[in-house]
Amino acid sequence: MEAPSATEEAVLDGRSGEPLLSVRDLVTVFATAAGVVVAANGVSFDIGEGETMGLVGESGSGKSVTCRSILRLVPEPGEVIGGSVLFQGEDILSVSPRRLRGLRGSEISMIFQDPMSSLNPVYPIGDQISEPLRIHRRMGRREAREEAVGLLDRVGIPSPRERLDSYPHELSGGMRQRVMIAIAISCRPKLLLADEPTTALDVTIQDQILSLLLELQAENGMAILLVSHDLGVIAQTCDRVTVMYAGYVVEQTTTAELFARPRHPYTVALLEALPELAAERKDGRLVPIQGQPPDLAALPPGCPFAPRCELARATCSEVSMLTLEASLGHSTACPFSDEIGL
Amino acid sequence: MIASGEDFLLAVEGVVKTFAVRQPLVERLRLRPRLHAVAVDGVSLAVRKGETLGLVGESGSGKTTLARSILRLIEPDSGSIHFDGRDITHAKRSELQSVRRRMQIVFQDPYSSLNPRLRVGAAVVEPALVHGLVTKDGAKAHVEEMLGLVGLPASAADRYPRQLSGGQRQRVAIARALSVRPEVLIADEPVSALDVSIQAQILNLLGDLLEQLGLTMVFIAHQLSVVRHISDRVAIMYLGRIVEHGPTEQVFGDPQHPYTRALLAAAPRPDPSRRHTRAATRGDVPSPLHIPSGCRFRTRCAFAEERCSVDDPALAEVAPGQQAACHVLPFGRGATDASSPPVT
Repeated sequence: MEAPSATEEAVLDGRSGEPLLSVRDLVTVFATAAGVVVAANGVSFDIGEGETMGLVGESGSGKSVTCRSILRLVPEPGEVIGGSVLFQGEDILSVSPRRLRGLRGSEISMIFQDPMSSLNPVYPIGDQISEPLRIHRRMGRREAREEAVGLLDRVGIPSPRERLDSYPHELSGGMRQRVMIAIAISCRPKLLLADEPTTALDVTIQDQILSLLLELQAENGMAILLVSHDLGVIAQTCDRVTVMYAGYVVEQTTTAELFARPRHPYTVALLEALPELAAERKDGRLVPIQGQPPDLAALPPGCPFAPRCELARATCSEVSMLTLEASLGHSTACPFSDEIGL
Repeated sequence: MIASGEDFLLAVEGVVKTFAVRQPLVERLRLRPRLHAVAVDGVSLAVRKGETLGLVGESGSGKTTLARSILRLIEPDSGSIHFDGRDITHAKRSELQSVRRRMQIVFQDPYSSLNPRLRVGAAVVEPALVHGLVTKDGAKAHVEEMLGLVGLPASAADRYPRQLSGGQRQRVAIARALSVRPEVLIADEPVSALDVSIQAQILNLLGDLLEQLGLTMVFIAHQLSVVRHISDRVAIMYLGRIVEHGPTEQVFGDPQHPYTRALLAAAPRPDPSRRHTRAATRGDVPSPLHIPSGCRFRTRCAFAEERCSVDDPALAEVAPGQQAACHVLPFGRGATDASSPPVT
């Protein structure tokens, strides 16, 4: 591994000792009719206080499952079967249900892609914002309602007091996501897990929501894990990035490094496939990644990207994908990256 | 907008389409007037033979309704649609059949647009059989030809859609559309449901097919980078209207409508040196039930002036071939404003 660059030093300097969240060798599986599918396979990364980590990958890469595993929210028949998730030194995977309830929504909160399905349709939004305040911050009904008005105002909902009695279906998609964010930040969490928070929104609304998240982060100093398939969103918001493919972490580094000097052939190919970059090529043609997305139930031995990799060689089937260590430097799961000039 | 004498294959003139909203019984008993959502509000555009027109807009902009009106899958309330010189606005079923052979559509979601119980081969040949272009005996060869055209092996004919990936399914949907050898392809968000790596495959395929078959295409998408890549001309839609229109590089390079500028500023770019700063717009898109007076973008516009709430701006020529519907920006006053949103 090379010496850390200036930007990495800056990241290192900003940290005091232990990271806020430390995910190690996380393994999450789904028992399906087609057999056991390993959705997250040995995933490791750290998030420092106030840092934004991007988790990027295509469908089936395991990015959402990884995010949900952190709060033990993997849906049936999924199960976390290995690894650890240390939050301020405490392993979330082994805490009691009571402690877990204390963490969720209070110290770590989460927002999802579709705010319609994560809000309860039969309660007014005022009740839904008040709930965590009354449980975690032990506020009385009236106090919680006042706090809810302030929160709605903070996330940019017009006439917040009148809105308290609105139901989710009376709001637009962007407004619903703002309400979700208000709920998520109500207990001033140290970590916000954001699973594709803007994917269902129009581009101008996505832009507004990302601005809001970054503003709130600057105010509260919370760390964010931003899960996204959109390299544009990642580039413009994250400090560091973890790239996933077929359940494995394939590359991890600072955002600036990843876009300037990608070191895994998958990352290189993914960046090449973007229409924005085709415009810079002489023939203007896109460079797709050949072949089809991986079938998680039938992964090849060794590197899962090898069948689609233009730089693949015979020994790719012997590559161990679990050697990549979480570090502040630039790590790649491709052992040949130096030889192939990445 | 439609210059006569030019070789337009497709021309839409003043198309309006509204949808009546179902109201609760109480409201109906009170004999309240029915509310109408205005989906397309007086749109005119024309597509030359062999060109690709990109139709850009966010949800509720009316782009899909417009596309469906062009195909006459829905009948517009007013306005007209001309195809190859013929007025098809009120064409009858039998007439429409021949029009539809020449105009085909590819939808966004290849999971729901293919019949799950039909094998790929049957799905691809079905439209050609319906239109009498091939006989049962010629079906196999036709399927093979069409699958080859979209880069699928002949063996794919025996598969069911569920056995295929999203990208492969979209190839099948394209093969099915091409099966009747159309002249116009309407692609409604054809790559929006696909991963980046597969999206590039399908965009290249569409590009190749356009060239190889001399197709004319209306390409609908919300992703600016994708539209920019494939279109010769673009029309930007907002709340049922075209707000800007012109050659792709001109519109993206020198946008003259505040909404186009906002869209470009809001689109995430894979460039970490451009960190996300403040949002390019404020507020939500207004409801199509209550379209603002005057300029419909004024409620979110950084340049809005008093007259914008009174006068509804019409599309006007701002540069050769480029039109924008704005009172302020195209005449330079807003363009030098320091508070203007960033422009790419």
